[in-house]
Parts: sequence; structure tokens; C-alpha cells
Amino acid sequence: MSGIPHDHYEPKSNGEKWLDSRLPIVGLIYNTIMIPTPKNLNWWWIWGIVLAFCLVLQIVTGIVLVMHYTPNVDLAFASVEHIMRNVNGGYMLRYLHQNGASLFFVAVYIHIFRGLFYGSYKSPREITWIIGMLIYLCMMGTAFMGYVLPWGQMSFWGATVITGLFGAIPFVGEAIQTWLLGGPAVDNATLNRFFSLHYLLPFVIAALVVVHIWAFHTTGNNNPTGVEVRRTSKEDVKKDTLPFWPYFVIKDFVGLAIVLVIFWAIVGFMPNYLGHPDNYIEANPLVTPAHIVPEWYFLPFYAILRAFTGEVWVVQFASFITGGIIDAKFFGVVAMFGAILAMALAPWLDTSTVRSGRYRPMFKWWFYLLIVDFMVLMWLGAMPAEEPYATFSLIASAYWFAYFFVILPILGVIEKPLPQPETIEEDFNAHYGKQADGSGAPETTPAE
Amino acid sequence: MFKNLAIGAAFALALAPAASFAAGGGDQHIEDFAFSFEGPFGTYDQNQLQRGLQVYTEVCAACHGLQYVPLRTLADEGGPGLPEDQVRAYAAGFAVLDEEANRYLYDAEKDEFRPLIDSDHFPANHAAGAPDLSLIAKSRAGFHGPYGLGINQLFKGIGGAEYIASLMIGYTGEEKEEAGTILYENTAFPGGWISMAPPLYGEDVEYADGHSNDLHHEAEDIAAFLMWAAEPKMMARKQAGFVGVLFLTILASLLYLTNKRLWAPHKGKKH
Repeated sequence: MSGIPHDHYEPKSNGEKWLDSRLPIVGLIYNTIMIPTPKNLNWWWIWGIVLAFCLVLQIVTGIVLVMHYTPNVDLAFASVEHIMRNVNGGYMLRYLHQNGASLFFVAVYIHIFRGLFYGSYKSPREITWIIGMLIYLCMMGTAFMGYVLPWGQMSFWGATVITGLFGAIPFVGEAIQTWLLGGPAVDNATLNRFFSLHYLLPFVIAALVVVHIWAFHTTGNNNPTGVEVRRTSKEDVKKDTLPFWPYFVIKDFVGLAIVLVIFWAIVGFMPNYLGHPDNYIEANPLVTPAHIVPEWYFLPFYAILRAFTGEVWVVQFASFITGGIIDAKFFGVVAMFGAILAMALAPWLDTSTVRSGRYRPMFKWWFYLLIVDFMVLMWLGAMPAEEPYATFSLIASAYWFAYFFVILPILGVIEKPLPQPETIEEDFNAHYGKQADGSGAPETTPAE
Repeated sequence: MFKNLAIGAAFALALAPAASFAAGGGDQHIEDFAFSFEGPFGTYDQNQLQRGLQVYTEVCAACHGLQYVPLRTLADEGGPGLPEDQVRAYAAGFAVLDEEANRYLYDAEKDEFRPLIDSDHFPANHAAGAPDLSLIAKSRAGFHGPYGLGINQLFKGIGGAEYIASLMIGYTGEEKEEAGTILYENTAFPGGWISMAPPLYGEDVEYADGHSNDLHHEAEDIAAFLMWAAEPKMMARKQAGFVGVLFLTILASLLYLTNKRLWAPHKGKKH
């Protein structure tokens, strides 16, 4: 499966040969978990495992929660309280699921920004990157619909605002919105279809994850240097890599366990910190909350959505040349989805031939500024839509787009990169000193 | 390695500004009470919950329901912990004020409302248009700042109970009439004017345990009781949290040592 030469599974016993000639599943698993992995991966590479854990956690807790939840506008809120008060361990299941979504997004954002810094999106890993973006989109859809299910005030009004975005599409918007909601407003039909899709999408994500892994197992992992593994011979590969099992599995588990300590402390001691108090009020279509605020992980893009008001000249210009078809609302929607699309297009917008940000002295600073920008947008997304936040939002949104559409293309031309190591082995040895036992044999067991 | 982990942890924390920006905001004055249930090791004070239950029963229940709270949970460990016969007596004596909202209690054969039993919930009460109090302590945030980042919630808690207690003691005595409704000035309420008349003045109830029944103490007691009503499993949850953190820390340490040993042959000796 992998493009990197390595030892493949050989069936030895008759039983193994019998199975292998009919279903080569052992070989598939062997080749997958023994894949040669660049041995210089740093701790930013643990988040893939954390994400896999999150998906399993959410599916397992979710399936149990469904056994006690009732998707009906009159019963949903009460059924969640039933889970919290009467179901054995229900409060833990529910808080794990609720905070699991936050962990999922913490992990995915770090995972994405790691990819952006080390150039993991660049050739030949564009497909991995695009699949990753699709997973991220599915995650957002799943999280959004999941947030509607408890049928609190933020559930209801969040659903109203977000589905309203589709209503902003010229000509067909209203029809699309009605079709999405199953009626003229958020109601029982909406709750039921969101419940159905909230159950479906995680399995779509699981399938996409398989493709994601398949894609980067074909190209091989990126690594902090961005230098490719030497593929000239198996011996060279062994100098640059170690097999995923046990070296990276154990290492990733160390990271996962540390993350879980923090996660468990949040679930145990402050499970409502990341939620909104208003969602403990049952949905009421007649009472609009003072501030409708999405969950924290949507805030950066929510800030971009709101940044483009009718007072911004770009919006006025777009409205003028399209004869008013593109109004401020639709412009905001386009900007929000455009902000995500910009990330997806990174492989083609970045003109630099150097993969890793480590060797790009100018890029580094623009990248750090992007992280700050992301945080600032997140804060602005939670602030009321008034001055000075509106101006800040506009500046921060402008930087987000400038990073992808202006800075990345130009930097590749004007930047003078630092020298890169010849090989991964060189980088590894520079960091850890010469190896004690020659050119590390992957077969070495820890006991020796 | 730990430098990177520390950066990662800081990054994760920074990614998580609590989106807890309740209505109003800035102009509220929320006093930071020292409740027994605050912090990772905080527990409910059983006597305080029982006093709070008394305040609820004798004062709040006239207008507010508690419809998601099963009466039997009054006997639960980590709650008020009443003996079961007392819970049954309490349930039987509880007056259902809003018959419309509690139709399930209607016995058509006898043409009357049956008395509550311990497997019932507290009755709903929408008659006066007052909000249900089952989750009120979780649906209000006392603390928001600084700059709406919610960071002080990390240290003070979200502040639902503080909000309730502050609301009880926050009346200034000023009144005004607006569109036929009398509004009362309250320093804790967002916007400053609330339609609820001051429910507590001090010495509204007589505590059996002889505890002080001045306004400040009554306010604390009802806030604590409503926190329990909203989060009845808090003590079990914190215990699970403590055990989980402990074992995961051990697991993380063992994995760290395993990993170190596993990689040692491939890394040169550090000087």
C-alpha cells in the first residue's frame, strides 16, 4: 500500500496462507500498522491519534445516549434531563459527549495548523489535505446538528440563525432553507432530520478517515523537516524511519494520555465551562436570547460571517456590480465558506518549494500572526456586533484571506529559505546525537 | 519535549474561551459567595441543602416550579439526604398550585387531583409566569470577564449560584411602573429592573437547626439548594473526575517511561 519500500507480510503457516489467498486482511493490517514513519516526528504529530480517539468516543457515547434521548420538540429537553438525572452514569455520558465535541475541535485545529506550518498540504499530499478539509466540514455539520438536539434556547436560535444563512442565497435561498428545515421555521421536522443526520454523519467521517489514512500511507507522512524519506533502498528507508508500531503508537498514546488527563479534569470538575448557560433554558420560539452565540469552535468563522456588513465598501461594490443580487448577508455567507475554502486551496496558493515552515524565516512570522488572528477572530465572534468589535472583525477577517490569497503566493517568490538537512536521519541525529547502536535497526526490542 | 507539550496545552487552553456571555453583562453586580461546592473538591453541605429546600417550599414554590427534579432524589446521597419516610410525607403534603400544568395528577374517576408521591417530580408551576427553577443555577452565569473571555470562570466557577444569591440580596427598594407592570430595581439583574417582587427579606423561614435566617444566609441557602437541583450528580461526578485524573496520570506516566525506554536505543546519549 505504501509507496515507501519496506518489509511486507509473508504468510508462513498453512492456515495463514489459506486465509491470505482468500482474504489478505492480515497483510493489510500488518502493512498499515508497520508503515515506515519518519523518526523525527515531533509532538505536534500526536493529534491524529487524539482525533481518532475522539471519533470513537463520540460514536460510543452517542449510541448509548440515543437509547435514552427522544427527538421531539416537546420531549427532547426533558429527555436530556432524564439522562442527566435518572440514567445510570448518564450525566457522565452526556458530559463526555458534550465536551468530547470540544476536544475534537481543539485537536482538529491543532492538527490543521500543524499541517499549515509544516507544509503537509503540499505536493504530493494534496488529496490527504482535501479529504481532511472534507472531514472538518462534516465535523462542523455534525457538531452543529448535535448542538440542536438538547433543544435549549441556543440550540433553537443557533439553528434558526445558521439555516438562515442558506436563505441568503439569491433566488433559491428561501426554497433551500425551507427544504433544509422541513417547514417554514425550526420545528419538529427540523429536530428529527438533524437527529437523523447527526447519527449518520459520524459514519461518513469514519469512512473519510479511512481514505485520509490511505492517502497519507501512500505518500508517506510529512515530517518537521519536510524532507522526504529516501526511497532508494530498504536500508536507506530504515535510516530515516521507524515502524509505526510500536514506536509511534506508544509515543502517540503518551500524548493521548496527557490530553485525556486534562479532558477528564474538565469533564469531572467543570463540564459546563465551554457551554452556554442559555442552553439550560428550554427552546422558546417566542423569546430571542439577548446574544445568540455559537459554540466556541465556530466563533472564528462566525466573526468572519458578521464582519462584512453593508457598510463595508467591498460589500457595497459587490452589491453595486451585481445589481443588488449579492447583498451584505449573502456576502457574509460567501466570506465564511470562502474562509474555509481558502484553507482547502492552500496547496495551490503556496508557491514556495520549501515544505516546512522551519526553514522559511519570513513565513514563520506570518504564520504565527495567522494563529493570533484565529484567536482574535474567536474572541470577536463572541462579542456583540457593535463597535469597536466590528472594525476589529473586518481587519482580522481581511488578514485571514490575505494570508492565503496574497501572502502565501508572494512569500514563495520573495523569501530566501534557510538550508534544509539532506536527510531525515541527519535531522534526527542533529537533535539526538549520534546513535548509540549504529543506524537504528527497527527490529530492536526495548529489552535489548 | 515538554516545552512543546506546554505550548500545546497553552494553545488548547487559549482555544477555549468560554462562550458564556449571558444577557446584559457589564452592569450586573455579582457577589462572589464562598459556597461549599466550589472547586474540584467542593461538596454540597447537606444541612444547607435542607435549609434551602425549606426556603424553596415555603417561599419560592408559590410561583416557581421545579418540574425536572424527581421528589425521590431528595433522599439521594450527595443531595439533601432526607430519610425516605420524610420524603414521602413531604411529597404528600406538597400543594399543587398550577393544576393546568400538572394534568397527569388528575384522577378522572374521583374527579380530583391526587396527592404527590415520591416517584413524582416536583410539580410544574407556570401560573404566575415565573421561570421553572430546576436548571436556573446552570442557566445563569455570574461571571463573564475579563473582556468577555470567561477566564475568571476558571477560578470563580460559572457563578450560577452566586447570581441567584446576589439576586436575592440585590434589591435596592426602588420600584417603577412600566406598561402596567411593577418593576423592582435589582443590582444583580441584567438591565437592573426585575418584575419579581423581593421574595426574601430575612427571617422568612424558621430553620429547625437554629441556623441564622437573616437575608444573606437565606439567599445562600436557596442558591445552594437550586445548584443541587440543577446538578444533582455533582458529587458523584467530581469523584469520577478525581479517580479518572488519578488513573490517567498513572497511565500517562507509565506510557511515558515505556516510550522513553522504547526509543532509547535509537537516540544517542545526551550529554
